[in-house]
Amino acid sequence: MRDKGVHAIIAVSLAFASTTAFAKTISVAAGDDAQARLQEALIGAVPGDVVELGSGRFRLTDGLSLDVAKVTVKGQGSGQTILDFTGQLGAGEGLLVTSDDVVLRDFAVENTKGDGIKSKGADRIVYYQLRVEWTGGPKETNGAYGIYPVESQDVLVDSVLVRGASDAGIYVGQSRNIVVRNSVALENVAGIEIENSYDADVHDNLTTRNTGGILVFDLPNLLQMGGKNVRIFENVVVDNSTPNFAPKGNIVANVPTGTGVMVMANRNVHVFDNMLGQNGTANIMVVGYRYPQNDPKYDPIARGVAIWGNQHDKAGWDPKFPGSQQIAQALGGSLPPIFWDGAGGDAARPVIADPVPALSLGLTDLIATPESAQPTMLQTTANLPPELPRIRLPESMEAVVR
Amino acid sequence: MRLLLAAIACLALTVSVKGTSAQIAEAAIMSAENPALLSSFGFFDGAASKPSAALLPYALRTPLFSDYAEKQRFLYMPPGKSYTVDQTGRLQFPVGSALIKSFGYHDAAGNLNIIETRLLLHRAEGWVALPYVWNADGKDATLKIGGARKAVEFAKADGAKMAISYAVPNKNQCKQCHSTKDAVMPVGPVWQNLAFETAKARANFAKRGELPSSLPAAEAKWDDAKSGTVEERALAYLRVNCGHCHKPTGSASNSGLFYDDHERNPAALGIGKRPVAAGRGSGNFDFVIEPGHPERSILTYRMKSVDPGIAMPELGRASAHDEGVALLGAWIKSMKPI
Repeated sequence: MRDKGVHAIIAVSLAFASTTAFAKTISVAAGDDAQARLQEALIGAVPGDVVELGSGRFRLTDGLSLDVAKVTVKGQGSGQTILDFTGQLGAGEGLLVTSDDVVLRDFAVENTKGDGIKSKGADRIVYYQLRVEWTGGPKETNGAYGIYPVESQDVLVDSVLVRGASDAGIYVGQSRNIVVRNSVALENVAGIEIENSYDADVHDNLTTRNTGGILVFDLPNLLQMGGKNVRIFENVVVDNSTPNFAPKGNIVANVPTGTGVMVMANRNVHVFDNMLGQNGTANIMVVGYRYPQNDPKYDPIARGVAIWGNQHDKAGWDPKFPGSQQIAQALGGSLPPIFWDGAGGDAARPVIADPVPALSLGLTDLIATPESAQPTMLQTTANLPPELPRIRLPESMEAVVR
Repeated sequence: MRLLLAAIACLALTVSVKGTSAQIAEAAIMSAENPALLSSFGFFDGAASKPSAALLPYALRTPLFSDYAEKQRFLYMPPGKSYTVDQTGRLQFPVGSALIKSFGYHDAAGNLNIIETRLLLHRAEGWVALPYVWNADGKDATLKIGGARKAVEFAKADGAKMAISYAVPNKNQCKQCHSTKDAVMPVGPVWQNLAFETAKARANFAKRGELPSSLPAAEAKWDDAKSGTVEERALAYLRVNCGHCHKPTGSASNSGLFYDDHERNPAALGIGKRPVAAGRGSGNFDFVIEPGHPERSILTYRMKSVDPGIAMPELGRASAHDEGVALLGAWIKSMKPI
């Protein structure tokens, strides 16, 4: 061992020693030279290894990265093991994972200059009991995404807390077969965002004091488009009231403060059995992608959205999108808890069974501005589409969190 | 007497060639064990300034910017082996090859102080990238798998003094830029971008290739106005500095922003394209490139920044490349506003 702080403890399983690789635990303690010791441990790990982080604050100067499959990075708890990037000098994120079957658990990442933890092309990744936080609270100078899996098949985000992201706390992009559950997203611009992704369950999360609670978006000019089959259920989406602090130019900079659930340009999104309230613009908003674009492969319309079984508390009393105050005034001072921009016309009309008022702005044409809205109330219906199937993850992933 | 001298010269040449070629430890290139010391390979004779005669030096018309570091590039191929050139101009090297790249800065006295030497080794199972940092005595370099930082001072062309924390990439960061479909690949050696300091170096390099009957013409050189239009030079710069990640099979594939070989779709080049995951990299601007307006384009904003949450490219960017920013700015300025 060239580095005194890295102690490799060989945990030999005698029973299997003759047939399987020697899985070992590489322990890394906080302290001097943590950057090099931890990075070398992440590079030196072989499939099956556990990189175990000790208690304390790891003061890091550069992004960390893991490119070895089947490695678990495990701390002593998200309050005990802290990867502190306050002094970060380089790299676009705190930790980057680019290998498959990785488990990240029981540690915290604080104050990265860019994204918190990013995994790209990392299939079957598990994020468990992590905390990613910008400790100064909501600021435009915070990094964009807290937990950021992208271009991956099978993603599990479970029991994490993310606070302060200037874009999305938990962001899953251009991925397939996704579960985000039991997590807390607090004081981010977007609490949880599923973007350009297929087949996702977002459930049993708390999103509060974000600008928008849960977003399901699809954007043009990307390799994976046509986001579809997303279930948002049994979440608590309340008091998403933090003024939008995203740097302008980013799509989330246009999310109105006070948004509960927002669906943009996706197909088959089911929003059900959630508790929603204290969202000043709307509890649920369904819209098209209302920006100029000429990507022939892109569908800017939200289609197949179904909404049922949700509990609604107060919403819509202080709407924050352009023209919304005038619309609210015309409706007696407040917007109803659910609204649709009308993009795509009747064929794209969301199916709504919640017993609360729902509004169409009648902006069928994507280039129409809110000032030209022709609000009409949407009828609710008992005729719901067939439910989307539950997302099932590989057993190896569920076993991690059992 | 003359004959005898010639014979001696001949003999000396033979001996020296034999000597140099025997210096390269092919086992070190091929073995899965990564040597702790650069000297294990035999690429240098006790100093970064003394490359083995078995190495073929080359340069690039448009190089990757790395904090104004000077670079020295070498190719090693096993004796008797040769490279080929594919249809896109990319050089394909045989197993057992090594690409060797040293980084350093000139001191006030004009001496080039090499900080690190990066290796790309073509092993049977694929390419491997390794960073070696030269020891204080300059006689050998040590493998730094986890990367390193060094305080460096240098002067920009306008005389401005710079003091930066120079980053030696870790092994994963090497791969981040050298990645194609998750495998490590060479980036630089593309026929149309190759340059040589001397005609002899060019001839020696060409001699080791199995060259196709037609080869792509040299492409625009980013800083030579005679070599191409502003657009051609800007696209060459973008390909070399951005295209290794910003390609459909690269590290930045999720951005939808592509600067690899022949991308000409305006949205994929960033023209009128909104950012996807830029965060505060957007700088409050709407488009990656806003035609006619470099001052409102995210591309130039990120090139100018040295904040790790904003700066592009992500590595080797403790300083901004003023001349590159100027070229890209001129290109964007020349576009018709929308």
